[in-house]
Amino acid sequence: MIYVYIFVMAGVTYLIRMLPLTLVQKKISNVYVRSFLYYIPYACLTAMTFPAVLYAATSPIAAFCGFIAAVLMGLKKKSLITVALSACTVVFIVERVLEML
Amino acid sequence: MIHNKIQQGIKDGIPIAIGYFSVSFTFGMLAVKSGISIFHAVLISLLNLTSAGQFAGINVIIAQSSFLEMALTQLVINIRYSLMSLSLSQKLDDNVKVRERLAISYGVTDEIFAVASSKPGNIGARYMYGLIFLPVLGWVGGTLAGAAAGSILPAEIISALGVALYGMFIAIVVPVAAEHREVKIVVLTALCMSTALYYLPIGKKISSGFSMIICTVISAGLGAALFPIKEEQE
Repeated sequence: MIYVYIFVMAGVTYLIRMLPLTLVQKKISNVYVRSFLYYIPYACLTAMTFPAVLYAATSPIAAFCGFIAAVLMGLKKKSLITVALSACTVVFIVERVLEML
Repeated sequence: MIHNKIQQGIKDGIPIAIGYFSVSFTFGMLAVKSGISIFHAVLISLLNLTSAGQFAGINVIIAQSSFLEMALTQLVINIRYSLMSLSLSQKLDDNVKVRERLAISYGVTDEIFAVASSKPGNIGARYMYGLIFLPVLGWVGGTLAGAAAGSILPAEIISALGVALYGMFIAIVVPVAAEHREVKIVVLTALCMSTALYYLPIGKKISSGFSMIICTVISAGLGAALFPIKEEQE
């Protein structure tokens, strides 16, 4: 029974990823469609990040500080791993400080 | 310019793999706590390679809901991948064959897509295989570790690691938004919309996966309408 669930889950997820990637092989020439696709990563990463990031740690305040730290490190063009670890470190420190208050 | 070095892909996959390990660790813990076996938890991670969809899928399995409900849940939560695949289809080099596309499709996740699209120029299948390899290992390994020994990591560390993936997203978006006004406007639009949908009563009726699609389509659409990009700028 559980294998049917897993199969349905994996099958649907794979089809969603596979169909556009295999069916659209030609370069799209329409400038508006091209621009739309160019903006997608930035739009969708932003929508996924905020406000979800605020609830990704135990304390939303700590998570917000981590978010700000990541933005500042991003402005300095630090690498992915540096930005991610700075955010984690700030969350860790702020949560410990909040515990002491 | 074509990126097609497997080594470069593997190198770019390292931070994703580390982030995945921590997220799938919590997935493994939760799955076992919900009564799913270690083997099934690992199998789910290996076959799905998606965070939100798997957490939701576990709930469907526990509730013994219908298979149709499972299919619809996955469709709504994961439909964003079709936008990413569509965007990626334009990023892949012309000589990437259908069977290679079938293989690459398996690994289209938020982070892998994000890193692949941040590369200038086109990318080839070998780069994608390299990029996908370590994150899969991290995702499956983290699930196994979390399922097998869920309580070793202290809660403080798990809480801090929770923001790791968002940190990566920010690292991809912020530098480009700071330099290009049109990207900045698209990003701010997406940010305001997703915040509004999250907190306003009307948005509470919409699932988070669907809300993400609405925000993405509208803000990227706005960007395309106001600031169409000429080829050489990309």
